[in-house]
Amino acid sequence: MNRKLRSKLIISLVAWMAAALLFFPIFWMLITGFKTEVEAVSTPPSLFFEPTLENYAAVQERADYLKFAFNSIVISVGATILALLLAVPASYAMAFFPTKRTRPTLLWMLSTKMLPPVGVLVPIYLIFRDLGLIDTRFGLIVIYALMNLPIIVWMLYTFFKEVPKDILEAGRMDGARPGQEVVHLLMPLSLPGIASTALLSIIICWNEAFWSLNLTTASAAPLTAFIASFSAPEGLFWAKLSAASTMAIAPILVFGWLSQKQLVRGLTFGAVK
Amino acid sequence: MSTLRLRNLRKYYGDVEVIKGVDLDINDRDFVVFVGPSGCGKSTLLRMIAGLEEISDGELMIDGERVNDVPPAERGLAMVFQSYALYPHMTVRDNMGFALRLAGASKADRNAKVLEAARVLQLEEYLDRKPGALSGGQRQRVAIGRAIVRDPKVFLFDEPLSNLDAALRVQMRIELARLHDELDATMIYVTHDQIEAMTLADKIVVLQRGIIEQAGTPLELYHHPENLFVAGFIGSPKMNFLVAKVVATDEDGVTVALANRDEIKVDVAPGQVKQGEALTLGVRPEHLKVADRGDISGEVLVAERLGGETYLYTQVTDGVMLVVHADGENPTRVHDQVNVAIDGRVCHLFKEDGSAVRRARRHPLADIKDPTTAAA
Repeated sequence: MNRKLRSKLIISLVAWMAAALLFFPIFWMLITGFKTEVEAVSTPPSLFFEPTLENYAAVQERADYLKFAFNSIVISVGATILALLLAVPASYAMAFFPTKRTRPTLLWMLSTKMLPPVGVLVPIYLIFRDLGLIDTRFGLIVIYALMNLPIIVWMLYTFFKEVPKDILEAGRMDGARPGQEVVHLLMPLSLPGIASTALLSIIICWNEAFWSLNLTTASAAPLTAFIASFSAPEGLFWAKLSAASTMAIAPILVFGWLSQKQLVRGLTFGAVK
Repeated sequence: MSTLRLRNLRKYYGDVEVIKGVDLDINDRDFVVFVGPSGCGKSTLLRMIAGLEEISDGELMIDGERVNDVPPAERGLAMVFQSYALYPHMTVRDNMGFALRLAGASKADRNAKVLEAARVLQLEEYLDRKPGALSGGQRQRVAIGRAIVRDPKVFLFDEPLSNLDAALRVQMRIELARLHDELDATMIYVTHDQIEAMTLADKIVVLQRGIIEQAGTPLELYHHPENLFVAGFIGSPKMNFLVAKVVATDEDGVTVALANRDEIKVDVAPGQVKQGEALTLGVRPEHLKVADRGDISGEVLVAERLGGETYLYTQVTDGVMLVVHADGENPTRVHDQVNVAIDGRVCHLFKEDGSAVRRARRHPLADIKDPTTAAA
């Protein structure tokens, strides 16, 4: 066997193993959701069993899935739109009108991501309580948007940097005001980048659990809170928990699958040119 | 009518001064070319006029009105960029109509103007294409079309031909000259290519390190350069410079001695130099002749044969390289010894500070106006 082929084979093998490793928990969750509670905790675990839908029925009986799903959609999309509204002008300014302090500002924004969220839980909780934002969708939209803002600004900044400055200057000569420059030229030209940024933001928001668990109780709770509600104090119900988790992540998995091309393009942007 | 007045224009980037007080008058319908080596500030100056760079100090007047703080589009200017800077997501039609759309022109009005510009530039059949599907020359024409549609007071060109290949560049150069004639508009053009400058300009502005070295008609700069820099910059191949010393002065000129003691009488106005003063003698390659008995002799190191003409790179005394123009039939070979005759009537003299010694007579072609229209 020649060396090129062998190294290719090894790389493929490693890649498949890594993929299997990453996929295994999801796979396990998926099948556990179709087991009975007894089967779910049996050792050794049974791979062959009679699938049942009773967990799904039980889950739906205990909590209204659609209500949580609706909250998740509203909050993820809302937070993404709000963050983009703030980040597009900010990134435009940083990419095309840089000052000495642009770089430090960007780094500072990123550094806020290094702080564990729990560190600001108490102040945020108190602020939300005083403003009446606890257990509101709007409250979560605001906190998610702020949470994602540094990443979104960084990504957009990188995408905007790729747009030739001349084109915007030509627009300025043609009479475009800054807002028109952004809407008519910058955004259409970096649409793929904006789309991948938005996708990533939606996924991060969808999966966010810390703030949703701490700042919501019932009416604004998204799917992450829905999952958590099945790890009840009276004991863990693995099968029901798995069924609930499956229902919670199914939409975003499908969404991620459909948009994976765009996502990968966005995340590797600049790396390959 | 559209005239520009630049008064003591300055530009600082932090503490660095890149435009150091530029004064310039540009008349209606002039074709003015800014030339200079890279980094001389010619593009910065153009961008200051355009409004894309802030003016740090001084005044910019368009038609007598101070426009320092007027935004680009309201100055009534249009600009053609080196990179064309077309909007890649719009069709040619939308590219050209963008400014009108922003200005709120009606669709019919927009269409009419775009069609008219497309006709002038022969772009009619490409109107529904996107820039990506056009060749370099076509993109350049769209960029010009975008400027024409706005019906500006002044056209600004920032090295518009430097991304084109040589053949296309010549063709576009002629087209631009024709366009200037047809549109009857004021144009300011930045280039580092002195052939573009010589052929297109009514007035050339030579810049170096943020100051104007000289401004004048192409032939004025060629025949009456005011200093060593302009003398060396205008003309291709560049002017030869030789060390010289004044040996005699009289009413109709100065006699100088070259390093090899050969004496040459140069026609300059009297009373500008003293006996014994060290000068630089400048003479263009096309004013040198290979002769049986010359003023200076040397060995030919390189012979560039262009077919119709030949340039002989001749090493004379002390490592000085003299470029000598000869006709295409000249049989001189590399390593041949040649004698070069210098005609004192076409030589230039420069003082030690680089300034030119004024010549005795003004060249008859130095002040002709509008060479572009004459050529078109």
